[in-house]
Amino acid sequence: MTLAARALAFGFGDRIVGRGVDLELAAGEVVAVLGPNGSGKTTLIRTLLGLLAPLEGAVTLDGRALAEWPARERAQRLAYVPQAAESYFDFSVLEMVEMGRTAHHGVFARPGARDLERSAAALERLGIAALADRPIHAVSGGERQLTLVARALATEATHILMDEPAANLDFGNQARVLDEIARLRQSGAAVVFSTHHPDHALAIADRVVMIRDGGTMAAGATAEVVNSENLSALYGRRVEVVLVASGHGTPRLACFPSSGRTT
Amino acid sequence: MTPPPAGRSARARFALTLGIACAVLALLALCSLGIGKFPVAIADVARALWSAITGRASGLAPNVDAVVLQVRAPRVAGALAVGAALSAAGASYQSLFRNPLVSPDILGVAAGCALGAGIGVLLALPIGEIEVLAFAGGLVAVGLVVLIGSWVGGRDPLLTLVLTGVVVGSLFGAGIALVKYVADPYNQLPAITFWLLGSFSGVAPGDLAATLVPIALGVVPLALLRWRVDALSLPEDEARSLGLAVAWLRLVVIVCATLATAGSVALAGTVGWVGLVIPHAARLLVGAAFARVLPLSLVLGGAFMLAVDTVCRTAFPIEIPPGVATAFVGTPAFIALLAYSFRRSA
Repeated sequence: MTLAARALAFGFGDRIVGRGVDLELAAGEVVAVLGPNGSGKTTLIRTLLGLLAPLEGAVTLDGRALAEWPARERAQRLAYVPQAAESYFDFSVLEMVEMGRTAHHGVFARPGARDLERSAAALERLGIAALADRPIHAVSGGERQLTLVARALATEATHILMDEPAANLDFGNQARVLDEIARLRQSGAAVVFSTHHPDHALAIADRVVMIRDGGTMAAGATAEVVNSENLSALYGRRVEVVLVASGHGTPRLACFPSSGRTT
Repeated sequence: MTPPPAGRSARARFALTLGIACAVLALLALCSLGIGKFPVAIADVARALWSAITGRASGLAPNVDAVVLQVRAPRVAGALAVGAALSAAGASYQSLFRNPLVSPDILGVAAGCALGAGIGVLLALPIGEIEVLAFAGGLVAVGLVVLIGSWVGGRDPLLTLVLTGVVVGSLFGAGIALVKYVADPYNQLPAITFWLLGSFSGVAPGDLAATLVPIALGVVPLALLRWRVDALSLPEDEARSLGLAVAWLRLVVIVCATLATAGSVALAGTVGWVGLVIPHAARLLVGAAFARVLPLSLVLGGAFMLAVDTVCRTAFPIEIPPGVATAFVGTPAFIALLAYSFRRSA
């Protein structure tokens, strides 16, 4: 099952936010979307989910335009992890995750044992099973974000689209979400995530799409695209990409902006 | 020791709470059937009810049977139905608009229904047609609130919706004033005025049957959809990404909640605050899941309305309109909710 965008222009109404996006995402692949504030990362994710219609070009799932998929069938394949959990009502963590099972039911059906089992398994997998009965407003921002990831897992979708999944997380929880994305890939899922951290792309993305000024600035394999030149152009200031020694002995790439202390 | 499976304690708590609420409601109903200027012992009330169910003679004096079954039973059933309907409508509107401060009265829906029904009374229409007009008025009101609210926009959708409801409600209030002004001052005006205050004193068995139809048509689909309403209360993008037909479901929920409101307004006039307060009480008891909030709101709403009406008709030398009593409970509850919501979002 492949999610693909061809010559995609995305935006609202008749206002194009970005164009020229080509993207192909098969099982077991991770794509990162990088871009400065206001470049349209969220709009692109929403368009890839079928929540916004493409203004030009097309988004297809298995060769079929997203708009032609019945909503429930689409939702069983594409899952969305929004930037933050915004629920007015104080659902329990488990209830939030169980909502991920919506597409597996008709409108009148009552969720069953299988739904509970899937939801509990998703919580277990993210290490937040102990929070299941806690109200969503009583857990930390990081735990809330992990709840949204768990909800996406509970959908059993093949493609998971995450809008800045690490935006509100502390350092440890960011690593936890990145690990989880890596594990999703291992289990055969495809993931698109947008991020403000090129390091996150370097850590886990197979490919990277850089968007800026209404267009695709660069796209391709992570190792080829995430370099000093592209990142400097993308963010409008000097960024160094350097090899650093890591604890495991294999050096890794890391990004540093030109500001900051030097030794 | 292994912890209990996730969600089990919430389910057990819900079953227990709903059971207690049903028992309280049944007890209240028995008491209410017995209390009044002509007191009937609870045992006799039970015998009269049993004879009505089985069709066998109760062995009670005919006037006891008549007081319980013909005088008080329609009024008790009316209060239960109206309380349940308004609470179900309130819980639905709150989920749908993701707004804890809305209810049939605050959204202006009750005023819209009242204007429609008032026109019906003015034209001396039969109850069925009064209900259709009430429903139409309620739909126009909620439609206006949604349209104006989305046109105005604003940074605080919670407040925008509440203020829009107030404005639309007062517009319909002006319409009601006009209806009263042109009504025949000897017959129609007192009827319209008393009915607008909200009262169960005039509930006749025929009216009751006629209003149970729209209330059931509203409440039953809401109950059938109860597992989907939580996802509907998420931000629209999320709800759609979960595969919900958001636009279609919203319309169904609005129409059903308005239908339930219209039925209750046609029967008993405008009784405020029940639809606001009861769903919150239910959430406090069993958490936010609509599949639990709706059934408990139905039972609590019915019990609350019946308790209020029973007190209003028996505790004072003259009968007090129940809408007055609900306002004494509702206004402080609304202020508390307002403070809680704004402090949390600040």
